[in-house]
Amino acid sequence: MIAQVEPIALPNVEWSQMAPELILIVGALVLLVAGTFRKDRRMATGACIFTVAVGAAAMVSAWGLWQDVGGGAGGARLAVADALVIDGFGVFLTITICSAVILGALLAHGYLVREGLESPSFYVLMLLSASGGVIMAKANDLILIFLGLEILSISLYVLAGYHQRREQSREAAIKYFVLGSFSSAFFLYGIALTYGATGSTNLGFIAAFLGTQTVTQGVLLGGFAFLLVGLGFKVAAVPFHMWTPDVYQGSPTPVTGFMAAAAKAAGFAAMLRIFYSAFGTQQLDWKPMVWVLAVLSMVVGSVLAVVQTDVKRMLAYSSISHAGYVLIGLQAASNRGIAGSLFYLLAYTFLIVGSFATVAIVARKGDNRTGLDAFRGLARERPLLAFAFTVFLLAQAGVPFTSGFLAKFYVISAAVESRSYAIAIIAMLASVVAAYFYLRLIVVMYLAEGQVMAGLTAPGVTDVRPVGEPEGAGGVAVATVVEPKVDIPVGAAIAIGVAVVFTIGVGLVPQPFIDFARHAMLLRL
Amino acid sequence: MSETLPMLTLLVVIPVIGAAVVACLPRDDERLLRMVGATFAVVELLLTVALMFDFKAGEGGFQFVSQHVWIRSFGISWKLGVDGISLFLIVLTGVLFPLVIIGPEVHKDVKGYVAWMLLLETGCIGVFLALDLFLFFLFWELVLVPMYFLIGGWGYDRRIYATLKFFLYTMVGSALMLVGILTLVFLHQRATGNLTFDVVTLATDQSIASSTARWLFLAFAASFAIKVPMFPLHTWLPDAHTEAPTGGSVILAGIMLKLGTYGFLRFGLYLFPKAAFSFAPLFLTLGVIGIVYGAIVATMQRDLKRLVAYSSVAHLGFIVLGIFGLSQQGLEGGVLQMVNHGLSTGALFFLVGMIYERRHTRQIAELGGLQRVAPLFAGVFMLVMLSSIGLPGLNGFVGEFLVLIGTFVTRRWWAVVATTGVILAAVYLLWAYQRVFHGRPEGANADFPEMSWRERMLMAPLVALIVLLGVYPRPVLERISPSVRDLVAHVEQHSDFRQPAVAAGAAK
Repeated sequence: MIAQVEPIALPNVEWSQMAPELILIVGALVLLVAGTFRKDRRMATGACIFTVAVGAAAMVSAWGLWQDVGGGAGGARLAVADALVIDGFGVFLTITICSAVILGALLAHGYLVREGLESPSFYVLMLLSASGGVIMAKANDLILIFLGLEILSISLYVLAGYHQRREQSREAAIKYFVLGSFSSAFFLYGIALTYGATGSTNLGFIAAFLGTQTVTQGVLLGGFAFLLVGLGFKVAAVPFHMWTPDVYQGSPTPVTGFMAAAAKAAGFAAMLRIFYSAFGTQQLDWKPMVWVLAVLSMVVGSVLAVVQTDVKRMLAYSSISHAGYVLIGLQAASNRGIAGSLFYLLAYTFLIVGSFATVAIVARKGDNRTGLDAFRGLARERPLLAFAFTVFLLAQAGVPFTSGFLAKFYVISAAVESRSYAIAIIAMLASVVAAYFYLRLIVVMYLAEGQVMAGLTAPGVTDVRPVGEPEGAGGVAVATVVEPKVDIPVGAAIAIGVAVVFTIGVGLVPQPFIDFARHAMLLRL
Repeated sequence: MSETLPMLTLLVVIPVIGAAVVACLPRDDERLLRMVGATFAVVELLLTVALMFDFKAGEGGFQFVSQHVWIRSFGISWKLGVDGISLFLIVLTGVLFPLVIIGPEVHKDVKGYVAWMLLLETGCIGVFLALDLFLFFLFWELVLVPMYFLIGGWGYDRRIYATLKFFLYTMVGSALMLVGILTLVFLHQRATGNLTFDVVTLATDQSIASSTARWLFLAFAASFAIKVPMFPLHTWLPDAHTEAPTGGSVILAGIMLKLGTYGFLRFGLYLFPKAAFSFAPLFLTLGVIGIVYGAIVATMQRDLKRLVAYSSVAHLGFIVLGIFGLSQQGLEGGVLQMVNHGLSTGALFFLVGMIYERRHTRQIAELGGLQRVAPLFAGVFMLVMLSSIGLPGLNGFVGEFLVLIGTFVTRRWWAVVATTGVILAAVYLLWAYQRVFHGRPEGANADFPEMSWRERMLMAPLVALIVLLGVYPRPVLERISPSVRDLVAHVEQHSDFRQPAVAAGAAK
């Protein structure tokens, strides 16, 4: 009898197609085991170097896949029983996430040493969460996307609370966990509704189904909405952004940087793939939803950033507005739009990790000095650091000859090309508001220490200090507290240096990167 | 056309290199910082002068064009070129920047001041040279950043308010313009299948439906009108000019306002001739309002610097009048007047800055009798002021006169009203001069020092140019004229506009 039961058909697993995520996972496991043997400072350094190496290896293997798919959609294909899709899009985002791992690890080392938190488990979690992100980028099945999402998120929940002695860090973890689980539930329910409407969780199948059938039920619309809520939470799009400022501010700063880059890239990977590829035929249904999300994110993010006095919170709001810009690319629903979103994510990854690297350094021991005051006079104390931060901020403001300008230009041009003029104009106006607070922060850095600049907290208040008055004469009282010196660890310095070179390099020689994004086509089924 | 020496690219790049070099120098050695900065600015000046001499006078098209593909997938190229309209604006930029780097007192952080100034120079030169819309927009935006920091870092009491206002106004303008640029480019691609940001191609093809072109023109015009600034959008200007440090004011008035009028010429008229012609009455009216309103408000000012700032609103009104009058002489006058205004208002801001350095006030009421204690200073001030009023024999007269003649032929009544501006200019400037320089000096005014040698050296080139252009403007007009003729012909070809024979015939 038993012999008659058909054996379970195991899918043919093409291991080589999964190289990047396997490398990340195996790397994480090796580090986890190695970490149980030794726990000292040298181990911490080793763990950092090892993580960077793993990230680089995953990146190289992803590059191999890129060559494989013919530098674009040409050789794109499905793998592992159609659950994975190997296409330029997935590879592009894999590389983006790996860059976030490398930069994040470099940045984390000095931070962990400074805060007395040296333990390889930090890097283990980082690698695991990156593997979740990579799975999301390559998944062709809603269930697999959910798995990736959970791997990514759970690691990040723990990372957010990694600095246990800081109350804000614990609070951030709980907040992120509760709201994150909530959004995962939404996402799961969206999967269920979509399954109910289309009969499958496989994206290719859904696309084929929607291409041939006319679906009129509201169930599918509900599915769109819930999936959008779940992913909107991950990418911090308004109105699902409520957690962002608190979590970004409370988490250990390197975690914030990594989270802002990797979680956003992974969330957008899933969002772009699900909506553009699987639900491509239903554009008219979901485009208005995305339009609203994009506009709200850009406007609310920029406007609320203006009134922040804490730099981490300000960057949190600015990252919300960045999510709005990436959504413009999706809203355009064209090849140029997707390429624009990808380019934006790549540029943004370097910008945001670089920015948070600077904040992590300036925050000094205890990770608490993140107010605008902490940056006052930074240019005098640490000119190079201030210069690097200036580059990141200018790029985020969209100043010409930086990657940030081209990223904005790319998505806005996609919007104009698809005749969404209104969103293009709103995006430009939001960038005006955003530019204001980035520039304000730069001005603070270049003010002499102790020099008070009125109008920082309340825009428009006039500054009554005459020019030429000896510096510090009026502000002595403000700056009498002796601040510890700003120390720049080697790893963070490398990360910042790489990010600066990338930001300016892309601004000057954008062609290869634009080609990269342009050829990173989604496999549309 | 020298292929070996990419003259225009050098012009763009040299100041950036200068800025980078200055940024690497030690912070405390002020003399060294200024010397190095000035060296780069002077090299730039020499290059612009060389450009002027190499420029072929009889030709209207773009010269020294250098084009390199930059971002292929977007059809963007590094395309620079110069014609009669931009040539003298570039020379003006070359002249003013060394002066602001060497000239005015800088009370703190000379390094930052010099570096930002050089970066600003790159932006300005880039805007005047760019023949690719993307490149143009890059430089257009780039200009804002150094100016933001110059006003915010080295300005006077209300500088934060002023920078914010300046920044928001101009950024909103460029926001609209970028959407306009992209729309133009993609519509052109849809019509011709050719994705390009090349200004010349876009202008020659004229592929946009005229109803769309009107909207696009307005998107561009909003940005330019804010920059000029034209009447209801001018309110950022008095604040920014007054709060900016002397060098900043000089560049702001001397060069950055011209970015707006230059934009109208190069991008407004050239890309959208038909739309520009149909909107001409609107812009002429706003220009005339600017002339009269600017003059009246200037008369009322108690602050000398604010007075000069409002006089800019009036003067720029003349330039707008010349542009939208669309006659050969009016346009020639407009272009010339851009240079003239840069020289005379630049010089006025220098002089007001000198007064402030000595007296720490700009209130007209607190000054008086300076002519007795500082006759040379008063003489220079008088000359510059007369040039600004438009006294025959000085540069201002030539430009304003051409503008008025040209506009009179095509748009009579606007010209008639604008003429009152000439009288009003005399009123506010002469009255201000009378209050500041005449009478008996009292109190601190009695110790008002005479011009130092450094200040004399600073003013000498400006004064020389003011006189030279007033007496012998011919070489300049010869170079402007062919380009203007081409532009008018371009507008005539693509719209219903016909220049009256008398205006066209009068051209040399």
